[in-house]
Amino acid sequence: MAAVIEGKSTGFRAWLNKRLPIDQFMADQLTGYYAPKNFNIWYFFGSLALLVFVMQIVTGIFITMHYKPGELTAFNSVEYLMREVPYGWLLRYLHSTGASAFFIVVYLHMTRALLYGSYKAPRELLWIIGILIYFALMAEAFMGYVLPWGNMSFWGAQVIINIFNTIPGIGPDLVEWIRGDYAVADATLNRFFSLHVIAMPFLLALLILLHLVALRQVGSSNPDGIEIKEKLGPDGKPLDGIPFHPYYTLKDIVGVGLFLTLFAIVVFFAPTFGGLFLEHPNFEPANPMSTPEHIAPTWYFTPYYAILRAIPDQRLGALAFACSVLAFVFLPWLDRAKNKSIRYRGLASKILLGMFFVVFLTLMWLGLQPAQPTYVLMARICIPLYFGFFILLPFVSKADGNGPVPDRVTYHAH
Amino acid sequence: MSDHAAGDAVPEVDESRRKFLVAATVGTGAVGAILTAVPFVASWKPSESARAAGLPTEVDLSKIEPGQMSTFFWRKQPIYVVRRTPEMLASLSNHDGELKDKDSKESEQPDYAKNAQRSLKPDVLVLIGTCTHLGCLPKTRFTPNDATVMPNWPGGFFCPCHGSKFDLAGRVVNGSPASVNLRVPPYSFSGDNTLVIGVDAKEKGVA
Amino acid sequence: MRTKFSNVVGVALLALAGGAWANEEGHAGWQREAGNQITNLASLQRGARNFMQYCSGCHSLKYMRYSRLADDLKISDELRDTLIVKPGDKFTDYIKTSMPEADAATWFGKVPPDLSLIARARGSDYLFNFLTTFYADPTSRQTGVNNLQLPGTAMPHVLASLQGVPAAVFRNVETRGEDGKPIPSKEFEKFEAGVAGSLTPAQYDEFVRDIVNFLQYVGDPSQVDRQAMGIWVVLFLLLFTGIAYLLKKEYWKDVR
Repeated sequence: MAAVIEGKSTGFRAWLNKRLPIDQFMADQLTGYYAPKNFNIWYFFGSLALLVFVMQIVTGIFITMHYKPGELTAFNSVEYLMREVPYGWLLRYLHSTGASAFFIVVYLHMTRALLYGSYKAPRELLWIIGILIYFALMAEAFMGYVLPWGNMSFWGAQVIINIFNTIPGIGPDLVEWIRGDYAVADATLNRFFSLHVIAMPFLLALLILLHLVALRQVGSSNPDGIEIKEKLGPDGKPLDGIPFHPYYTLKDIVGVGLFLTLFAIVVFFAPTFGGLFLEHPNFEPANPMSTPEHIAPTWYFTPYYAILRAIPDQRLGALAFACSVLAFVFLPWLDRAKNKSIRYRGLASKILLGMFFVVFLTLMWLGLQPAQPTYVLMARICIPLYFGFFILLPFVSKADGNGPVPDRVTYHAH
Repeated sequence: MSDHAAGDAVPEVDESRRKFLVAATVGTGAVGAILTAVPFVASWKPSESARAAGLPTEVDLSKIEPGQMSTFFWRKQPIYVVRRTPEMLASLSNHDGELKDKDSKESEQPDYAKNAQRSLKPDVLVLIGTCTHLGCLPKTRFTPNDATVMPNWPGGFFCPCHGSKFDLAGRVVNGSPASVNLRVPPYSFSGDNTLVIGVDAKEKGVA
Repeated sequence: MRTKFSNVVGVALLALAGGAWANEEGHAGWQREAGNQITNLASLQRGARNFMQYCSGCHSLKYMRYSRLADDLKISDELRDTLIVKPGDKFTDYIKTSMPEADAATWFGKVPPDLSLIARARGSDYLFNFLTTFYADPTSRQTGVNNLQLPGTAMPHVLASLQGVPAAVFRNVETRGEDGKPIPSKEFEKFEAGVAGSLTPAQYDEFVRDIVNFLQYVGDPSQVDRQAMGIWVVLFLLLFTGIAYLLKKEYWKDVR
């Protein structure tokens, strides 16, 4: 039911609203959209993800004005941007830090979903669209990293594209088709430029829009995992809900402020973040005759990379790599608890989820280390634990997540 | 379960405090937005490379014959350098009634070029070869009385794009879509035979 | 803060982030820290002069312009033109080297790399150690010297006149391979004075530190400005967040 707009508007506002449903949109989506009042810190990351997306687009637009794609010009054009374009260094660091910030925010956003069962019915499609955004984001970040044409850009691309070789039958042809050449070369760089600047951003924008529409359709869940629409007040609004505007618009602004402060500290004082956000070998131009000492993808890919590297068989490794990413898609159906939130599940569920977080972070750290026997062994221990989470979830959740839940949400004034 | 029981009295809303805080937040936010725009806007300014390439251009005047023009580049703009003959200089005073901006009041030139010959030295004319209408390159029509340009043509420049006409001091002639004279860049002389385009004679202390 | 599961997860993540920030790689015994300070203008100026005198014969800084260097390091026009700009170059040119690449490849076996980004690719400590750990090795090296940081380097000890050429003392050690069998190898023990140079060890360290400092500046010329600007940006953002927080608290009084 559309929200009711209070009062009549006159003049320009009336003229505008006769032609575009602006007031109606504001009423439906902002002042008339009721969200649960018990959102906690884990609920900032959706709006922050949208902020980072917009920041990447804007900084990306300005960087593209100076970047010159092509194996002979790319590296030089990045240094030109850093040294000769007024504030070019700032544009570059905003974009490179933004890429890592995007993943930090998205991972924390996904953590919230795992903690509070946000992927459970009726939000399964919301979750899947989110996972599709995650895949698209990984592709976008991977291609973006190739563009500076540093030595890690080149070798990272070479290694990751080679994984597709393992696909039975079509592998080698597919790899050559992706590259457009017999090795990662100028053709690869130029097509990645086009995809990174135009195709993927459009796709991401579309997916993000769908994600927001899907959210609006079912409404947001909350840390207690109980559906607020089930308890309506005399005015037809959820008793435990509050209008998104002004409460969550204002709260999200505070979140934005805090995030930008931390972001600025990194951009201005530690843009390479110790080699994690901008890797050292990438300050040398791409050299097909010299591989960096240890090739590692950027930190946000390393959990899956650790899994790939630890399995001695190339084909099985690639398969495990693919499955480790795809497993997330099935979560809504693997989780068979009645209760959504970890708050109302037993100790076993908490241990299982906690183990998953620890293993994920351990794999992330392992993927950054050189391929020495100790690290490979540790990864081999983590792999069954990682997949174990998904395999055990149906059983643990069914046994553990059916206890009583409160009638109304837990809210403490803040 | 909520902190407060349903029967609690709702505290009164302090509207003025809310208005103040909204204004403070919006104000600070607006300042922040403008400050954020600064680096983006600044990134469009010419880069170091552009400025380095914009160094002064030196011209060897002995290589230009009297009555001839050579074109050079300075800051990526075409610069017309004409060695004017005494006849060319004489022709500058015979058509004052036809000039739109005879005293160069509306036109752009350094102070030492704000005279009838529009130059520091009478025999060397330095102009930016960009029509002041919409930017085409004017062509040379130095021969006086060239009927294809106009009756009683004093000699000068003719722009092929929309028909603007300029005399041998770059001054715009009536009937042209252009409204100001051809621009004069900053320049000076280093020795008798070297023209330095881009170094202002006034700053150098020689004009 | 209550011991909720989500709180435990949150705190653990923060601790991890802090750990990632603080993580550093281990050092071998002889490796020292460069200890250079990018804000020390005098050091940067000396480093620029040292580089142009001793290094620019073979190594270019092809992304750096003389004019930018002189502006940032506040070098006067006269000093710039006499000490920094190479004869024949314009002061707005990039800093190139006059050594032809083909000749360099013939003489050294390798083209001396451009050093604009070397400090970002390898780090200041690496560069400091590279320039301070040359030692005499006449039997196995054509250049007569070897290097602890980069064994087998094709670069001769260009600064030998300043440091002299130390002798390195190695001791025999036994390491075990993966199969458990012993592998005889040598481990560096210490340096001994060899041929003397014109600078004392402390003076030489300072000389090298200035060059390394200069190279760190060349790698990222905006870094000093960037940090100065950053302080204002962060302060402004904290102010904004504070005001926004007060606004949020005021409206959230409504929520019970």
